[in-house]
Amino acid sequence: MTLLWLILIPFIGGLLCWQAERFGDLAPRWIALATMLLELAITLGLWLHGDYHLGNAGMASESLRWSMEWRVEWIPRFGIDVHLALDGLSLVLIALTGFLGVLAVLCSWHEIVHRVGFFHLNLLWILGGVVGVFLAIDLFLFFFFWEAMLVPMYFLIALWGHSGSQGRTRIRAATKFFIYTQASGLLMLVSILGLVFAHHAQTGEYTFAYATLMQTELSEGTAMWLMLGFFVAFAVKLPVVPMHGWLPDAHAQAPTAGSVDLAGILLKTAAYGMLRFALPLFPEASQAFAPVAMTLGLIGIFYGALLACGQQDIKRLIAYTSIAHMGFVLIGIYAGTQLALQGVVLMMVAHAFSASGLFLLSGQLYERLHTRDMREMGGLWARLGSLPGFSMCFVAASLGMPGTANFLGEFLILFGSFPVAPWVVVIASVGLVLAAIYSLLLMQRVYFGPPQGDGIFADLDHREYLMMLTLLGLVLLFGLYPQPLLDTTGAAMGEVQRLFGAASQSTTLQTGTP
Amino acid sequence: MTLTATHLLALAPPILVCATAILVMLAIAWRRHHTGIAIVTVVGLNLALLSLIGVWRMAPLAAPMLAIDGLAIFAAVLILVAALACATLAHAYLAHHDGPREEFYLLLLCATAGGMVLSASTHMATLFFGLELLSIPLYGMLAYVYGERRSLEAGVKYLVLSAAATAFLLFGMALLYAETGRLDFAGLAARLGGDLGAWGLAGAALMLMGLSFKLSVVPFHMWTPDVYQGGPGPAATFLATASKVAVFVVLLRLVMAAPAFQDGRLHDVLAVLAILSMLVGNLLAVTQSNLKRLLGYSSIAHFGYLLTALVIGDGLSIEASGVYLVTYLLATLGAFGVVTLVSSTPVASSDGGGDAARLHHYRGLFWRRPYLTAVLTIALLSMAGIPLTAGFIGKFYIIALGVEAERWWLVGAVILGSAIGLYYYLRVMVTLFLAEAGMQRHDAPENWANQAGGVVVLGAAALVIVLGIYPDPMITWVRHIGILTGG
Repeated sequence: MTLLWLILIPFIGGLLCWQAERFGDLAPRWIALATMLLELAITLGLWLHGDYHLGNAGMASESLRWSMEWRVEWIPRFGIDVHLALDGLSLVLIALTGFLGVLAVLCSWHEIVHRVGFFHLNLLWILGGVVGVFLAIDLFLFFFFWEAMLVPMYFLIALWGHSGSQGRTRIRAATKFFIYTQASGLLMLVSILGLVFAHHAQTGEYTFAYATLMQTELSEGTAMWLMLGFFVAFAVKLPVVPMHGWLPDAHAQAPTAGSVDLAGILLKTAAYGMLRFALPLFPEASQAFAPVAMTLGLIGIFYGALLACGQQDIKRLIAYTSIAHMGFVLIGIYAGTQLALQGVVLMMVAHAFSASGLFLLSGQLYERLHTRDMREMGGLWARLGSLPGFSMCFVAASLGMPGTANFLGEFLILFGSFPVAPWVVVIASVGLVLAAIYSLLLMQRVYFGPPQGDGIFADLDHREYLMMLTLLGLVLLFGLYPQPLLDTTGAAMGEVQRLFGAASQSTTLQTGTP
Repeated sequence: MTLTATHLLALAPPILVCATAILVMLAIAWRRHHTGIAIVTVVGLNLALLSLIGVWRMAPLAAPMLAIDGLAIFAAVLILVAALACATLAHAYLAHHDGPREEFYLLLLCATAGGMVLSASTHMATLFFGLELLSIPLYGMLAYVYGERRSLEAGVKYLVLSAAATAFLLFGMALLYAETGRLDFAGLAARLGGDLGAWGLAGAALMLMGLSFKLSVVPFHMWTPDVYQGGPGPAATFLATASKVAVFVVLLRLVMAAPAFQDGRLHDVLAVLAILSMLVGNLLAVTQSNLKRLLGYSSIAHFGYLLTALVIGDGLSIEASGVYLVTYLLATLGAFGVVTLVSSTPVASSDGGGDAARLHHYRGLFWRRPYLTAVLTIALLSMAGIPLTAGFIGKFYIIALGVEAERWWLVGAVILGSAIGLYYYLRVMVTLFLAEAGMQRHDAPENWANQAGGVVVLGAAALVIVLGIYPDPMITWVRHIGILTGG
């Protein structure tokens, strides 16, 4: 039941916020904050009291081990259940969702002044949908949440976003985001149905259960097509380069809370989807596809980094850096070694912190300067109180400075991928240099150089200060002592590695025999 | 076969509707009373709906020229629900109409009876009779506000084109009769057997054309947007829901019963029509700035999706089309209901006449009428097939059907169509929530939610959500119908 409540709390909280608007603007904010704090508290409680090392005990056992499971029949006609399960990976990501949810509520405290109740309804429903994605292990239910979180995100961007230059309106950006993700999502639905009917043809029963469908025997061609359906849906959301068109626009036009959610959590649902579904369901096909995926990851790293260097809009710049970072994640996922997968988890968490930190800072800059155009900034170092200092820290985290969690994530990914794909790693490492370049460009353009005025802007207030300090603390904490995180997700990643690795061995055997 | 008392009992629902029609006619002759007539109509329709429970026990049953089976009951339920919604909406809509208001209910009842006969027909004669009884009152309903140019245009347009389509249908029937000498579906099926002569094929194709016209399948769709736009709200609602459901059900029955319609060549044609409808309907809807026209084009696309079920035509397809019809009906009732309610105020005619259907009338509606807007949003989301709404279950069925039959072109077209469709549904939706432009010429009455029309749209929206989250009752019901029809 706890798992169901994890999903329901944001949805109920959202409705309360909407209705609470009649008691003034503050009521929805406090309700939203309380809701997300409750969510976070429950997750942390589960973390403290649960045991997530189960998998290690019986690595050889075939059955999946979940720390918590909840299941009830939903649509018996097709064997669809409301089947929720929690393991280390989902726990970490839900905790992240709760934490970033709190930040998102806090950062819109002064930014959003119109229709506050409806804003928080949308914000909380996105988070509820994301939690659903992280918990669902019935494929139908997963798809259900995957699509359901799009609608509130659409409204968030379309109604509270910023319109950029001509032709880059917020509604356009929102529509682009929605159509990209929905259309690719339908491809995933086709794949899911293909898998279900393949299973039906073999056993004569309809089921959407993850554990059962994993046993389905597929011919090589079918598996490849079905895997591609999943991959495309996740690749759009991650995003992988040829399908990234929506991301810069959506980020640039979204309100700060929207950007934080997008970069922090929504992109992570794609990586989660690959780890949880694409790889374990189609290990052989994924193994065969791995070189392509890694190449796409490489292209993403360079493309994102190069385009980031050329941006004038600070939020677009950060958006492109996200593409570059997700390139590393993609390489790590398809390398499939235990070390690389652990790195992927760490990288996801670290990127969530650093990217949302940067988005929060650019939101705070916008509140003070009323522009996001870096050509109108410069020389702000001495005029903004402690804001530039925090920026420096998060930029350093983003470029992967040792001591931050990002460094560990990238390092583990590269280190873990080297035995599998040495050349990819060598080329990807060059991307790290580019990361340094765009990060420093950002600092240089915004904070150094000739000042464009001499007034002093307001320093960070307590709320902003607290947000940034917490984020920074977490970046450093996981950068210096990542072991608790790695322990929690170790079992889940071991499982992925076992399935994926087994496929790798069998393919090498096959290629080795003749 | 002679008509027995059991048959009469089983035919109670259409008989009740006809009796109500006669009662309404007599009542109008005696005294004009708008609300009174509306109440009589609603009571009659409700009685017919209740009597279906009894009929359910008797099914399946073959009356002369009519089948009282699962499919007929299913269609009757949908048609009666749609007619009820139209009657209640009409009461709100006609309250400010200057001319005579009561005849609308008479026409509505006749059309309802026609739809019920049509969907139960197993004989060319009843098919034709039902179709005309459904269409002819619709001409009147569409041109009901004949003082307005667009309404009159819609009525005349539908009359002329529909007559042409009927001619095709009759010619097709004649050819089939010439080939086989039979007019009942079972006899037709038996005589035609597997081998279909040139005349048989031509006859089947012509009938298909006639029925496709009513379903506004591309390339027989030209009338749809104009008629939807011009017709008064309740009439357009009836056209979009009850009329289409009845015609689709009879087409389904034909395809299931007669091998003539399962011919490979016809199937290919149907598949092409389905794909064309999805793509053309959605593409043309993109540029519309009138909500009723947009809904017209979107209904073309929806029937493209539905044709998929006919093309595939195996075990799952009755179930799939049943579920899709239910979801389509609910969403359409919600959307058209809101349009009708918004057009129901006396000031509505100040803007050059016609209903309030231009998109800018709806700008910022959410900040004035949040619940009404929520209904429209839910209806549009359902049409777009987004999870949490019933429309998603419908789309899920269609895609499942395509994947199971491995018809990848159809599946691809459904996905492409949905992606295009999203664009314009989202455009409408976001308009509802945008800041007000300052002018609000059109608005639903202050107390809309307390009136019958408001209850209808709220009910439709609630059902869309409930069936979207918990679709099991709907699926069980539709499966039952499939069993009753098969047996």
